[in-house]
Amino acid sequence: MKHFMRFSKISNAFKEVPSQYVYQIDPIKNFEPIKQFRVIDLEGNLIAKEYNNIPKETLNQIFDLMISIEEMDNLLYMSQRQGKISFYMTSFGETATTVGTTAALQPQDFIFPQYREQGSFMWRGFTIEQIVNQCIGNHLDGGKGRQMPVHYGSKDLNIVTVSSPLTTQVPQASGAGYGFRVNGENKIAATWFGEGAASEGDFHSAMNFAQTLKCQTLFLCRNNHYAISTPTDDQFRGDTIAGKAPAYGMRTLKIDGNDLLAVYNGVKYAREQIIKNKEPFFIEFITYRIGDHSTSDHSVLYRSQEEIDSWKSGNNPINRLGLFLKKQGLRQFNDDHDNQIRKDVRNRVIAALKHGSEQQSPSIQDLFTDVYDEVLPHLQEQYTELRQHLTKYKDQYPINKFKGGL
Amino acid sequence: MQLLRRVYQFGSTKHRFASDIKSTNRQKMNLFQAINNALDIELGANPKALLFGEDVKFGGVFRCSQGLNEKYGTDRVFNTPLCEQGIGAFGIGLASVGYTAIAEIQFSDYIFPAFDQIVNEAAKFRYRSGNQFDCGSLTIRSTWGAVGHGALYHSQSPEAYFAHTPGLKVVVPRDPIQAKGLLLASIRDKNPVIFFEPKALYRNAEDEVPLDDYELELSKAEVVQQGKHITLIGYGTQIRVLKEAAKLAEKDGVSCEIIDLQTIYPYDGQTLVDSVKKTGRCIISHEAPQTCGMGAELSAFIQEKCFLHLEAPIKRVTGYDTPFPLVHEPIYLPDKFKIYEAIKQSVNY
Repeated sequence: MKHFMRFSKISNAFKEVPSQYVYQIDPIKNFEPIKQFRVIDLEGNLIAKEYNNIPKETLNQIFDLMISIEEMDNLLYMSQRQGKISFYMTSFGETATTVGTTAALQPQDFIFPQYREQGSFMWRGFTIEQIVNQCIGNHLDGGKGRQMPVHYGSKDLNIVTVSSPLTTQVPQASGAGYGFRVNGENKIAATWFGEGAASEGDFHSAMNFAQTLKCQTLFLCRNNHYAISTPTDDQFRGDTIAGKAPAYGMRTLKIDGNDLLAVYNGVKYAREQIIKNKEPFFIEFITYRIGDHSTSDHSVLYRSQEEIDSWKSGNNPINRLGLFLKKQGLRQFNDDHDNQIRKDVRNRVIAALKHGSEQQSPSIQDLFTDVYDEVLPHLQEQYTELRQHLTKYKDQYPINKFKGGL
Repeated sequence: MQLLRRVYQFGSTKHRFASDIKSTNRQKMNLFQAINNALDIELGANPKALLFGEDVKFGGVFRCSQGLNEKYGTDRVFNTPLCEQGIGAFGIGLASVGYTAIAEIQFSDYIFPAFDQIVNEAAKFRYRSGNQFDCGSLTIRSTWGAVGHGALYHSQSPEAYFAHTPGLKVVVPRDPIQAKGLLLASIRDKNPVIFFEPKALYRNAEDEVPLDDYELELSKAEVVQQGKHITLIGYGTQIRVLKEAAKLAEKDGVSCEIIDLQTIYPYDGQTLVDSVKKTGRCIISHEAPQTCGMGAELSAFIQEKCFLHLEAPIKRVTGYDTPFPLVHEPIYLPDKFKIYEAIKQSVNY
């Protein structure tokens, strides 16, 4: 600023700038969509050669994980139908976004997920057993059996626990990203949300705060075309979600979310920009939710099988990556190897379900812990009351289901 | 009353009551100056403390953050965009990664856009994560209560909405010395706290406030006046009104015990019970509307614990079940005459 005023007051004094004015009515009517960044085509052919830069080992690990998640999701979906877990959400069709993104981030980056990012969790090391135990809610669950299935969280992996209210995590990530900036940390806050969640007020708050206050925050929108049954046509107008970001003054990328190389490169670039500029970055991934919203959903009620199949066979992230690896000679293994990976995952999930279902639930006392940092007097009193009641009516309650019983 | 002294890393001392503080290093301050002093102490002692909200940078619409931006810089004391839901969420996010977030909501009448973040997120952050995460270092400060001309949207007392939310703490100070100690305790408490500041007292309440770093214990009610015949319970601005009503009753030979709840939730039930068991009569008074106000909760609690000791029904003297009015404010408020009348009815029951 030319004039540094004594009390650091900003001046909004009027200044005539002739170039600011037009003398006829010429409204903005065209909303030219931002193009999707792509590296490989639908058949896995390399188009943008300068982005063929991901280490071979990383690519293979990513591919292994994507097919593993597909198997795990399949089995856990079926286990819900069999009554082994109460609820589940698959991520069919979207694992290039979650796995690719997390591979391109640093382990110290905090992730604020929505609910369909098992790819993020598992890339960082969250195990099948941890997933199954959370879905069952047994005493091995890191969340102490407090939440519905798929509400994972991991302090060790810097992934904040999932919560059901949509979009609430997004402005929280703005806050976290602010803290990282003012403390000079080489860390970002990366937050996931769907295109439906982006309709919530919290999305607007988050974007405005992040850019205005310069937060080291990465916004990651999975536009998978449906919010439960609501198609994008009922959700928004304008140029998808990415079209909104420049209006906040934010750097923006729209990426073909089923192109693993584009995802990885785009996120790597975004992270570098965030740390360099100390400003947020927005990425929208265009992808498709091949599966149902959840085990409580039956999506053929609102979309055609033809539509689903057009993506499943026409634009499938696993197929595209697999073809790319084969064509580039980067995948040393044959199909038998991949089938073995899938079989091993299936067996592991089955074993985890069996072992998990044999475990007890967290203790009765864990109903009352963690409401505050300590169990406060009024909660102690209520706990005592409950114990007395359970003792008196012990035959009416599944006491032994809880670790430690009474 | 035991004197509790514990020295914390910031050189803070912790007390149960303000009267326990023996410091002679004091300065005359009003409520906003005491708040300002508390914020200054925390920002000075804790490099991870941040203060933010609408208009916080220039000093705040009530001067609570006066001088703090100049002293600590714009990274730490700053304006947010005009968005309460954003302020709440931003604070939660900061706290979840280890910062001490002191968020200001300019009027508690406008806290409702942040209600989802406060109730569904802040209050449940620790519990739902199995204690892997928490936002205990979040404090939300907000102005509160009648001011004489505020009408519907500059006078509300929304404490009851938050007292119904496990995982939160809710605190309301009655004057500058309490405010400073309770605010520092709230900021340092390892749970999210909503700290309501009675705006009517920002300039009107003055005291010789200790300049030290001190905290007053949360979830401890204070007997501000001993009495024999009846217990009067209130908080914030209403304590003054209870004192005035007690003076009127004294002329009739009725001795009133006055208790300041201080922490609305979780409240100190033991102090209330001890008092009502002694006096046998109880009045609870607050500006907030009657139905489902704190009076309702405390009445239920006290009658449960003190039933056989009660000589008269517990009476609530509160605002009416209307939105907060403008020209009707003088007849809406639970003033000293309404409380005096309730005391008489209770004593003559």
